[in-house]
Amino acid sequence: MLKVNGLSTYYGNIQALKGISMEVAEGEIITLIGANGAGKTTTLMSISGIVSSRQGEIFFLDKPIHAMSPDKIVSLGISQVPEGRRIFPYLTVAENLDMGAYLRSDTENIKKDMAYIWDLFPILSQRRHQAGGTLSGGEQQMLAISRALMARPRLLLLDEPSLGLAPLVVKQIFEIIKKINTENNTTIFLVEQNANMALKIAHRGYVMENGVITMSDSSRNLLCNEAVKKAYLGL
Amino acid sequence: MEYFLELFMGGLTRGSIYALIALGYTMVYGIIELINFAHGEIYMIGAFTALITASVLAVMGVHQFAIMAIAMLAAIVYSSAYGFTVEKIAYKPLRHAPRLSPLISAIGMSIFLQNYVLLAQTSDFLPFPSLIPDFKFLEPYSNYLRPTELVILLTTAVVMVFLTLLIKFTKIGKAMRATAQDRTMAMLLGVNVNRVISTTFVIGSALAAIGGVLIASHIGQINFFIGFIAGIKAFTAAVLGGIGSIPGAVLGSFILGLTESFATGYVSSDYEDVFAFALLVLILIFRPGGLLGKSTTQKV
Repeated sequence: MLKVNGLSTYYGNIQALKGISMEVAEGEIITLIGANGAGKTTTLMSISGIVSSRQGEIFFLDKPIHAMSPDKIVSLGISQVPEGRRIFPYLTVAENLDMGAYLRSDTENIKKDMAYIWDLFPILSQRRHQAGGTLSGGEQQMLAISRALMARPRLLLLDEPSLGLAPLVVKQIFEIIKKINTENNTTIFLVEQNANMALKIAHRGYVMENGVITMSDSSRNLLCNEAVKKAYLGL
Repeated sequence: MEYFLELFMGGLTRGSIYALIALGYTMVYGIIELINFAHGEIYMIGAFTALITASVLAVMGVHQFAIMAIAMLAAIVYSSAYGFTVEKIAYKPLRHAPRLSPLISAIGMSIFLQNYVLLAQTSDFLPFPSLIPDFKFLEPYSNYLRPTELVILLTTAVVMVFLTLLIKFTKIGKAMRATAQDRTMAMLLGVNVNRVISTTFVIGSALAAIGGVLIASHIGQINFFIGFIAGIKAFTAAVLGGIGSIPGAVLGSFILGLTESFATGYVSSDYEDVFAFALLVLILIFRPGGLLGKSTTQKV
């Protein structure tokens, strides 16, 4: 479904990604783990077209997307929940969701999807007229995921959804991610520092160090791998 | 009492015009954090367009109301085209440059447009036809409310209502607010940010053009320099209310307009600007973000 081929990205003279390649198949949950500054966020931002890649190719459903503008990429079916959630603080919860459906014009289905979200997260429904900035961290993460779902993505990119959340909330968020994958058959590309949690729900995983993919295997094998255990699982 | 009312109405009129211009400053600042110094010139170009259109139509013997409507429309279209083009030429190429660069570019654009009109037209004040008829029903109140003032107040009120509805409820309005709050996130949701920025410039320019035509037919004369003074005042009003805030720009404009009007009427017209800027200084001392501005505290 998604194919990244020898992707290199630069910030000025600093090379953030050094020719990475990866592949995501339809219906999978893929995780990309790595330390701070390894290039995980840059990878997602390159796929979404926010950071322009200097070399390499990205294909989505066999279409080259590495030269496309971000809005075209969204319209093809790739949505991102960025690091830090980035809720619009002065828009209401409902307006934040409206923004998620920005490129859609099928009013009836948008209403249905909105109802589905209220059902999935009753707490958001209670706060629908509240400004997004007044929500707690966990609620904001729910809203950020919901907002991305409003675009009806085929591939959902999630950047550190567990960041700064209480363990109980983290568990809840991961359950929802799994549910989105199984119920809607949405393919998920999950970037995480919480390698343990991520590998437990993912089918396959990539390990990234200093802008290079150093390992790629099934989640089960990665969980047992000595090097991964030592570096990312704290065992 | 009548004198007070006269000053009050005069202040509201000034405030309305400031508000129409200040909205352009504040909306553009809200989205790209740029003080568009060429905005006053867009207002001036609107007034000139209306003057030229009205003169041509008057020669052709068109009815007064039709002249008013067509001249206003021409000014809106022409000014919007200018606003759109200025953004594309002077600001868009500098979007990722240090913040000072587009600011200098804006000042350059302002000087360029002023001198362009100076050369294309004249440096003298040109008489502006009174496009607004003398309403009969206003005669009993003519001591403190002139017909042009009534039209300015009503037009501004209608424009404000429309703008509020646009910003609050339409798709482009939501996209504008979202872009102002987090541009990258708006892009991630599929918002074409370039189009949103262009739309903001077009709306701001259209409002300025409306203000330009209204005030020109109120005062009765224009020249190439009117945009500079009105622009500085409207910018002051926008800062007073909290730059980036739409209700703030309107509030700041009315406070500034009324202060100037009363200072002129009760003290001396020499002190008009002194009072206006003293008020600005006072408010900024106690509320650095402006009256309705967002707190500028940053987490480090």
